[in-house]
Amino acid sequence: MKILIAGDGKVGAFLTRELSAAGYDITLIDSKQKVLESSIERYDVMAIRGNCASMDILEQAGVKDADLMIAATSADEINLLSCLTAHSMNPDIHTIARIRNPEYSEQIYRMRGRFGLSLAVNPEKQAAIEIEHLLKYPGFLKRDTFAKGRVEIVELRINGESKLKDVALNDLNTIAGCKVLVCIVLRKGQAIAPDGNFVLREGDRIFVTAPTDNMTILLKNLGIITHKVKRVMICGGGRISFYLAWQLRRSGVKVQIIEKNYERCLELTDKLPDVCVVHGDASSQSLLESEGIEKCDALITMTGMDEQNIIISLYGNSSGVSQVITKIAHLEHTQIIENLPLGSIISPKDLCANAIVRYVRAMHNQTGAAITVHGIADGHAEALEFLVEPTTRYCGVPLKDVQVKRNVLIASISHKARTEIPDGESSFDAGDTVIVVSSREEVIYQLNDIFE
Amino acid sequence: MNYKMVGRFLAQILAVEGAFMVPAAVVSFVCGEVQAFQAFLWSLSIICLAVMGLYLFCRKTESRFYAKEGLVCAGISWIVMGLLGCLPFFLSGEIPSYLDALFEIVSGFTTTGASILPKVEGMSKGLLYWRSFSHWLGGMGVLVFLLAIIPAGGRGRGYTMHILRAESPGPNVGKLVPKMKDTAKILYLIYILLTVLNVVFLLIGKMPVFDAVCTAFGTAGTGGFGIRNDSIAGYSPYLQNVCTVFMLLFGVNFSCYYLLLMRKFKNVFRDEELRMYLGVVIGSIVLIVWNLKGFYGTLGETVRHAAFQVASIMTTTGFATTDFDLWPSFSKAVLLSLMVVGACAGSTGGGLKCGRALLLLKSLRRNIRKVLHPQKVQIVRNNGQMVDEKVLENTNAYLAAYVVIVLLSFIVISLDGFSITTNISAVLACFNNIGPGFDAVGPTCNFAAYSPLSKIVLIADMLAGRLEIFPILILFSRSTWSHS
Repeated sequence: MKILIAGDGKVGAFLTRELSAAGYDITLIDSKQKVLESSIERYDVMAIRGNCASMDILEQAGVKDADLMIAATSADEINLLSCLTAHSMNPDIHTIARIRNPEYSEQIYRMRGRFGLSLAVNPEKQAAIEIEHLLKYPGFLKRDTFAKGRVEIVELRINGESKLKDVALNDLNTIAGCKVLVCIVLRKGQAIAPDGNFVLREGDRIFVTAPTDNMTILLKNLGIITHKVKRVMICGGGRISFYLAWQLRRSGVKVQIIEKNYERCLELTDKLPDVCVVHGDASSQSLLESEGIEKCDALITMTGMDEQNIIISLYGNSSGVSQVITKIAHLEHTQIIENLPLGSIISPKDLCANAIVRYVRAMHNQTGAAITVHGIADGHAEALEFLVEPTTRYCGVPLKDVQVKRNVLIASISHKARTEIPDGESSFDAGDTVIVVSSREEVIYQLNDIFE
Repeated sequence: MNYKMVGRFLAQILAVEGAFMVPAAVVSFVCGEVQAFQAFLWSLSIICLAVMGLYLFCRKTESRFYAKEGLVCAGISWIVMGLLGCLPFFLSGEIPSYLDALFEIVSGFTTTGASILPKVEGMSKGLLYWRSFSHWLGGMGVLVFLLAIIPAGGRGRGYTMHILRAESPGPNVGKLVPKMKDTAKILYLIYILLTVLNVVFLLIGKMPVFDAVCTAFGTAGTGGFGIRNDSIAGYSPYLQNVCTVFMLLFGVNFSCYYLLLMRKFKNVFRDEELRMYLGVVIGSIVLIVWNLKGFYGTLGETVRHAAFQVASIMTTTGFATTDFDLWPSFSKAVLLSLMVVGACAGSTGGGLKCGRALLLLKSLRRNIRKVLHPQKVQIVRNNGQMVDEKVLENTNAYLAAYVVIVLLSFIVISLDGFSITTNISAVLACFNNIGPGFDAVGPTCNFAAYSPLSKIVLIADMLAGRLEIFPILILFSRSTWSHS
């Protein structure tokens, strides 16, 4: 499959890495020679320098036989124009544009046919939705839902007081009081597919699968109290903050935004009538105190600087805010950050790139392709949801007799309305939904790929 | 300053004034009032001469208009219009003093309705017509009228927003349609339509034609000159109620009517100024009715008088159906407060304007909150839109100028030795373009007793009030007249 990627920025680079590793033919278009060179050096891709919205350049890049065009430059208008141009030159092409301006979001949805858009991704909006989910279900670091919301994979951190500390996975079900499955453990930046004898240690982050109904029992038995978030403080008034505040105020949460730029403050106040916008530097402790940080249920740090976000989050954690969410946009996820109590970490660009990668996968193989794909454990593993088809091998065979590849795990099987965490006796049939967790390097396209 | 520009503009304004004086002359001719007719002819000749002179001197000039020229044109035009417009009264000898005649006509043009005439019925019909018509002309504005009729393109190019802004009441004057000329035309069309409707409703109530036309002029401009000594009191309750309704209608921002014509009903119903205006009207009526318990025979009569007076004072018209000077203090206090609030911006009424009062209240609330939470960014919203800080600044400056002028005028006219109630209500009634005040300037009395100095001050107040202070104020600023 041939893919054009316009804009070799952060998102573009992430996509190039992911998609070229998956074996697609990638052509990069960017106006800066320097970034293109570094991409050519690192990945097996072609690069063309020029304006991605011009017909000549698109022609050169081979838009006529390309299957997909991804426009991820920093300007919405250029992204739209290049998708429109590409679509008019090749009506069969799929197009994905990154659109960030909130003022466009409504019209993009209505006019996507005329723009020739297959998908519009908005990293900031996605991040806001992600954060809202985190706020709604506190206690989880991250939460992904599958099978129409019947199965979930949640991330939990084993801290000093956790009941799961120093527990072997074989004993997990007794403590949890229900059947749950730990599919991946992230220890010191490494993803481990654990077996029954694996013992959990402090600092581990575990990814647990369970039917949604069992999740509440699990949380109750683990002593993780779910309380409703009523007051949220957001540091930094960027686009994510805007989307987030917009969502939260509709569900009746009191939102406070601290922003440095006065003009931006005015704009936010104008657009968000019930939100309290405070003009000031969020990195100043006295300001955070006078704005009542200790009375907040959640602190979300969304300033433009990762370092500042980290510092503010650390301060929030030390002042006893029960939930902290930190935006990390530029820094790599290093081990140092990993070990800090920063709460959940959000990276809008990764979210955006993940959405695009998911689309590409689904496009690649229309039949038998994964219904949903979620990157978990910081991208070290993937959770994929498949529909079992008549052509799938091992239908009706108990799992203990099925040879599954190493580092692949069948995390749940849903037969119509009933969801089970599988053991050796379980089996699946055509029509069932299966969730597979894989920490392998190569990509799983179909369910049959998991078998030896 | 482009003096020639202003001169040519003045010539056009005077030509309009002269043209509108012709129907009044015809009325006197038809009624066989020889003296008045001669006075009109003399006045028209003088106006003609002035127009020709100005035109000859100022014909060659480029027509470029800036904010300063707009304001100066508005200020000077209104003064000169008054100086020449009072000639029929003076020349006919019906108002022997020139200053009194000037007071009367400025009161007419500024839609004040304060009179120095002890006996209105004694005037000839032609002059009464001219007196009432000055309300109608001054209500929407002569300059706006000029904008509506001067040819588009060519020379008209130069007459922009500055003139509309200088003459139209309200904190933020906007166009209705892209072209200035069309905006002015739409405003006048709505104005004429409402006036005609008013006349029709009065005729249905069997009011004589002459009375109906003059009363409609007074109502439309929210002026208040009656053609009888007892104002509207002598007419039937039906006619009084028609007046109440139309006074209120003319106190509404005219762009609301435009929105209604454009079928944008939602915008009209959600308009905060309109809501406040109607809220204040209803609230005041209820308060006064409650306060007047037992003052009139029946509840219906009380409501009728209360509604009429509230509408009359709030819209700054100044008609009266009863001597409200005899009302209890509380009712008078309510009326005095309504004098300050005034009608909606963009209407023919005067006063501080509901829109401006609303902005002032909102910015006051904002400032109080600012003290409690200094770092929170707080804005003032009007109809859901953010109000620019500059508008708020201007509004505050306007209030300051308003208070200063009222206080200074009050001090100066107090030299004449009338009671404090008389003086403060006289200043408020003139400055807010209402007409009658309380005590010695109450609805049954007049302003004739004031000294010439006080009359001049009150004339200046009326003009400043009608033109929203600044066009008059800048005439006294040295930098306006310097060449740099």
